[in-house]
Amino acid sequence: MVSLTNLRKYLVVVLAGIALTACATQGKKGSNIAGDVYTGNETVEYLATGVKDRVFFATNKSTLTTASRDTLRKQAAWMRKKSKLKFTIEGHADERGTREYNLALGERRANAVKDYLMTYGISGSRLNVISYGKERPVNSGSNPLAWSQNRRSVTVKAQ
Amino acid sequence: MKKIFLFIFCLFIFNNSAEALVEVDITRGNLDPLPIAVSPLYVESGSIDIKEGDKIIKNVGEKISEVIEVNFKRSGLFNPLKKDSFVQKPDIVHVKPRFEDWRLIKAQALVTGKVTVSEEKLRVEFRLWDVIAAKEMVALAFSTTPNNWRRVAHIISDKVYQRLTGEEGYFDTRIIYVAESGPKTQRYKKLAIMDQDGANVKYLTLGNELVLTPRFSPKNQLVTYLSYFRNLPRVYLLDIETGVQEVVGDFPGMTFAPRFSPDGEKIIMSFAKDGNSDIYTMNLKTRVVEKITDHTSIDTSPSYSPDGKYIAFNSDRSGLQQIYVMRSDGSNVKRITFGKGLYGTPVWSPRGDLIAFTKVHKGRFYIGVMRTDGSGERLLTENYYQEAPSWSPNGRVLIFYRETKADSDGKGFSAKLWSIDLTGYNERLIETETDGSDPSWSSLLSK
Repeated sequence: MVSLTNLRKYLVVVLAGIALTACATQGKKGSNIAGDVYTGNETVEYLATGVKDRVFFATNKSTLTTASRDTLRKQAAWMRKKSKLKFTIEGHADERGTREYNLALGERRANAVKDYLMTYGISGSRLNVISYGKERPVNSGSNPLAWSQNRRSVTVKAQ
Repeated sequence: MKKIFLFIFCLFIFNNSAEALVEVDITRGNLDPLPIAVSPLYVESGSIDIKEGDKIIKNVGEKISEVIEVNFKRSGLFNPLKKDSFVQKPDIVHVKPRFEDWRLIKAQALVTGKVTVSEEKLRVEFRLWDVIAAKEMVALAFSTTPNNWRRVAHIISDKVYQRLTGEEGYFDTRIIYVAESGPKTQRYKKLAIMDQDGANVKYLTLGNELVLTPRFSPKNQLVTYLSYFRNLPRVYLLDIETGVQEVVGDFPGMTFAPRFSPDGEKIIMSFAKDGNSDIYTMNLKTRVVEKITDHTSIDTSPSYSPDGKYIAFNSDRSGLQQIYVMRSDGSNVKRITFGKGLYGTPVWSPRGDLIAFTKVHKGRFYIGVMRTDGSGERLLTENYYQEAPSWSPNGRVLIFYRETKADSDGKGFSAKLWSIDLTGYNERLIETETDGSDPSWSSLLSK
């Protein structure tokens, strides 16, 4: 039989758990964005089990977060095993900037990823870079969540 | 487009500027457009109807006057009076206007004319009259081919505009832009050109690959733009007449943001490699490539001054996007924007006196102008999203584009071309049959 005190503790834990899940739910204001960088898993695809295909950026920035570097280390480890494969690294920007600057920013982001992969032993000749600026958003919404998902660099297996 | 065969010989040109009572001030916001009557042009008997594709243009004299009226109305400076109030017939008024009739309907200026159409030739005479002073102000005659009847209307509009404002007109021009359609995530884009009033739309590419940011050459025969043909983003040249496209240079990386130099001999553009974008030029004849900026920052959106001596450009070398001016050899780089917010897309006015730009501040987008040293910043319009102004050849009107907010499913999204006068007045939507972006204005076609 559960005592009343234990029931109270149990309820507190359950309620706290619900509150935490609510905070992590998609669509809630400010969710899954930390320091202006998207931290969620929506739109993310996988090159292999546990190897995410993309990293995200803050507005106007091309710096890699700790989480991004972790993703890219996993990509590099997988790429070393698949030594015959080549890749295209896409750089993208959100729509809240001028078109030409966004093309350059996308190229800078893709190269930040390429440079990091190269420091983990992947030959630059296996990594082709292309910028799409703001031309190919993955989320067509006009809101901070959509924009954070669009500020990305995606690693794609070359055909 | 066939080369037009244009004779301009002048019957009389009156230069009564000292005595004319009719004039238009375009330097200030015009809340009082000049009432002007545009009589249908009289069509000389024996003239034939004009064939336009599978259409037949009957009464080209009336059609020409309608095109002129639309030009005047859209300029915001003139108020074309309704034709049903006109008393005098087109043939008589062109020879001898009864000014009292026109004063009765409150016209201050009057345009009349005559056309003669044969198989090979369209001959036009027109006159501009000062109704108040009861005097002829301009009289001109010229010839062209019948299929150029719209350009006739634009040339007349420019002559009238010039006589009444003291400035060159901008009606005999074309706009090149990107015609867009489809969902935001997979936009379908084609290069399009049209007359500045929206007529004669022609698509120059098929839409199989992304095309962006087109610009005319100074003589309007060539276009430069960015294409993602074969998934390699590069600057291309397109000959409007022949349709032949060629990639500009042999760059081992993305080239983008292309423009012509004022003498048409060079392409100036950005080249991106290893995370850095610098500005380069390539001489179209010699193929010699020159590196103009040399900095680890993003340098893009270059714009020559009309005398070719300076280049304004966009750089984030100070941390965020700002506008800089340098000599055309890349020396003497000076930052000119210091206000709050980001600045981009600098475009030097054809008059040489101002630089137009896009500004982003607190999540809002502005189109503005400033003097070439960065002083006198004036914001003309604010919006959720707009950018990339382009100047009319007389430096009095700016064309740009706007995008609307979309909901989370991408619904409600549209991109449209807009224009606004340098005074900040006469903000106007430009109708296009598809969505449109990246507009760029040609120079006057008759130059």
